[in-house]
Amino acid sequence: MKGSKNLKLFFLKNMAFVLFAVVFIIFGLLCKNWFTLTNFENIARQSSYIGILAAGMTFVLLTGGVDLSVGANMFLSASICGLLIVKGWPIWAAILICLLVGFLYGCFNAFFIVKIKVLPFVVTLATLMAGRGLTLIITKSEAVSMPASLVSGVGSGRLFGILPYPIVIFFLIVAAASIFLKFVPLGRQIYAVGKDAEGSKKAGINVNGVLAFVYIFNGVLAALAAIVSVTQIGNVTAGFGVGDEFNAISASILGGTSMMGGIGTIFPGAVIGVFLIQMVQAGLVYLQVDLYLQPIISAFIILFAVFLDSVRTRYIIKLEHRNIRTEEQVQKTQKGFTLRDLFDREK
Amino acid sequence: MVEREEILRLEGITKLFFNICALKNVTFTLKKGEILSLIGENGAGKSTMMNIIGGVIQPEEGSMTLHGKLYTPQRTIDAKNAGIAFIHQELNLFNNLSIIDNIYINSFARYPGTPFIKKSAMRENIRKLLDSIDLHVSPDMMVEKLSPGERQLVEIAKALSGNPDIIIFDEPTTSLTTRETRKLFALIKKLREQGKSIIYISHILADVYELSDQIVVLRDGVVVDTGKKEDFSMNRMIVSMVGRDIKQMYPAERPVAQAKKLLEIENLSQPGIIKNISMHVDAGEIVGIFGLMGSGRSELANIIFGLDPYSEGMIRYMDVKLNKQDPIDRIKRGFAFVTENRREEGLLMEFPVYDNITLAVLRDYKKAFGLVDNAKLQKPVAETVSELRIKCSAIKKNQVKGLSGGNQQKVVLCKWLLAKPSFLMVDEPTRGIDVGSKSEIYNILNNFAKAGMGTLVISSELEELIGICNRILVLSKGEIVGSFNSNNFDREVILGAAFRQNISNGSTNIV
Repeated sequence: MKGSKNLKLFFLKNMAFVLFAVVFIIFGLLCKNWFTLTNFENIARQSSYIGILAAGMTFVLLTGGVDLSVGANMFLSASICGLLIVKGWPIWAAILICLLVGFLYGCFNAFFIVKIKVLPFVVTLATLMAGRGLTLIITKSEAVSMPASLVSGVGSGRLFGILPYPIVIFFLIVAAASIFLKFVPLGRQIYAVGKDAEGSKKAGINVNGVLAFVYIFNGVLAALAAIVSVTQIGNVTAGFGVGDEFNAISASILGGTSMMGGIGTIFPGAVIGVFLIQMVQAGLVYLQVDLYLQPIISAFIILFAVFLDSVRTRYIIKLEHRNIRTEEQVQKTQKGFTLRDLFDREK
Repeated sequence: MVEREEILRLEGITKLFFNICALKNVTFTLKKGEILSLIGENGAGKSTMMNIIGGVIQPEEGSMTLHGKLYTPQRTIDAKNAGIAFIHQELNLFNNLSIIDNIYINSFARYPGTPFIKKSAMRENIRKLLDSIDLHVSPDMMVEKLSPGERQLVEIAKALSGNPDIIIFDEPTTSLTTRETRKLFALIKKLREQGKSIIYISHILADVYELSDQIVVLRDGVVVDTGKKEDFSMNRMIVSMVGRDIKQMYPAERPVAQAKKLLEIENLSQPGIIKNISMHVDAGEIVGIFGLMGSGRSELANIIFGLDPYSEGMIRYMDVKLNKQDPIDRIKRGFAFVTENRREEGLLMEFPVYDNITLAVLRDYKKAFGLVDNAKLQKPVAETVSELRIKCSAIKKNQVKGLSGGNQQKVVLCKWLLAKPSFLMVDEPTRGIDVGSKSEIYNILNNFAKAGMGTLVISSELEELIGICNRILVLSKGEIVGSFNSNNFDREVILGAAFRQNISNGSTNIV
């Protein structure tokens, strides 16, 4: 009985890995050419901008909040970037402005959440709608094209002729954000605030500052994701960024981040989540599954992710209930480790 | 005896809240290396006192002297810098983080010139700190993997990391087992030997008696009694705290059992939880279930109420066999269950008192279209509230959160009594509430039984069971190991029964 409990705990804690392995093998068996470098590169390439979004989203989810506006943020910042380039601005300046737009977008969210104390869900839902509306006014509902130099330079360019730039940017962001969460005081405080905002205040943490930071940071990353995405697609149409916030949220949750806050990682967590989602989408295309069925399957993955989150949360609450351990059990918890501990271990 | 050096002196501290006196002319002195216990009922002003020392609020009159210098904290950080540390009743730990993170969350050491955390130095400090309080785990251990007792120790380590002279404990033992409490007391005494001064706030007078050098009793914001522990008897503590004698603590007359069986349980078993339980509760009697932590007492209560499953046996109520795991059916038959954790399981803390009280009877007060008939509810609510003496100025407005523990427990009782149950189960009815409220709760239970209802009281406080029950059943390792009638209640014998099995197989070393 004890063994099965440990097994259950193992699966629950490492669900993303287990799921990833299962899906990977299933597609490998069903699809020809699955185990090829080109296929893996494609999946990674498609994962890149969602991955950047998921990294930012993980910051927000860790504080117990949510940001629904990142898709609209992408739409606005990419459109402004494109319009400026069309008007003859240098590309580097347009990209800088694009990031600035993302930054201001995040500030706007943060102001209403932290200062006016409106629920993040409501604030970001409102800025989602407002952001899309604003963009349509600015672009007059016309698609904005990106210059070919940007598309060929970044979108399909390769670092040292080997690694595609979008993947490089994605990996850099993941590395930087993970290091930030683990090795910078503010990163640790994000976990503390997500677990217990009241307690954090008592511990002397600037809770409002932490909250404002995550929404602004997320805003900037959304703009960066917009650039990465637009260099791959080549133009910004009215559907740009639609629904991407949900892909980012589900990737984060699939990777073990709790919507209650305080639990989760970008690496390996959110990264595995993103790859999992993109892998499923790629696999469905490979298998030539009906185009209309694909969103339904993706929807079930998201539902499954939220289901996992609630199971996990309930399980954790159960664990936190009064629980007296015998000496033997104490030693066991100190010795035993899971895959997740492997990644959590410092050094 | 050498007179000890004076550390902290409070003189004539007076604090008003909206012209109501919360503290009046409070004066006492804390000396180096002594444990001073501060006792008093809820609302006596203990927390106001602590908030003043901690710099959360400032007094209207009076002064504090720390190390012979005037001490006027304006913010909590001032208290910390002055060497005063607090250990609050509710732990302020982040379970999702490691011990290092918890202790240094706002003061991480960094590699010079970078924003990056430097763990090595902190790890060494914490290892020393943890060794000194006898907690042998890695500083990188996640707090969620620790037991409640170990978490308490982490909280203490956090307090000690600032190297304070004065440590203030606020009800530290409420969530600890006997063994963990022992360990904590040993540690507190060790801190005293190291020359730390300690202020210990508690409801549990036996603990106070064991630990203190000096006792200060607060009542209604006034220091009513103070002196050396040697001069205090248990009775004097209670008399000073409550303002009346201990004999009034329990109702004068026990209820009388009627020859009518209400609840009958036969050979109830659930592997690993309870074994072969047979018992009964008659109309008009109070039956107590006594057991130590882990004896299965709350688990048994959950099974009886139909929340948890059982594999064998049977439960009958008024000669009807009850379904397994069907609490709704039991409530309809007149069951009421006041659970152990009123904050999590018994109350909607953010809601007004009125909403909480009416929750269980909304179904019975309906008018057209199934709407709640609030008009009809007024009278029974008002009656029960005054009968139970719930102290609350506006029951429709005041949140339960703002009431004292004793009043909160009365709100839970009120909620169930309004439903006019015929069988009441209460689990730890007086945990964490003051002596005065305890006495009132005992009276409520007594009156309930006298009205012919059956009552089952589950408790780890033997004193209260002896004080109010007709019969006491002793539970140990999920089995009933003893049954006593009120004419032969003997503290030693009952305790012996509860401990016997533990001692025989040597699995614990408490007592």
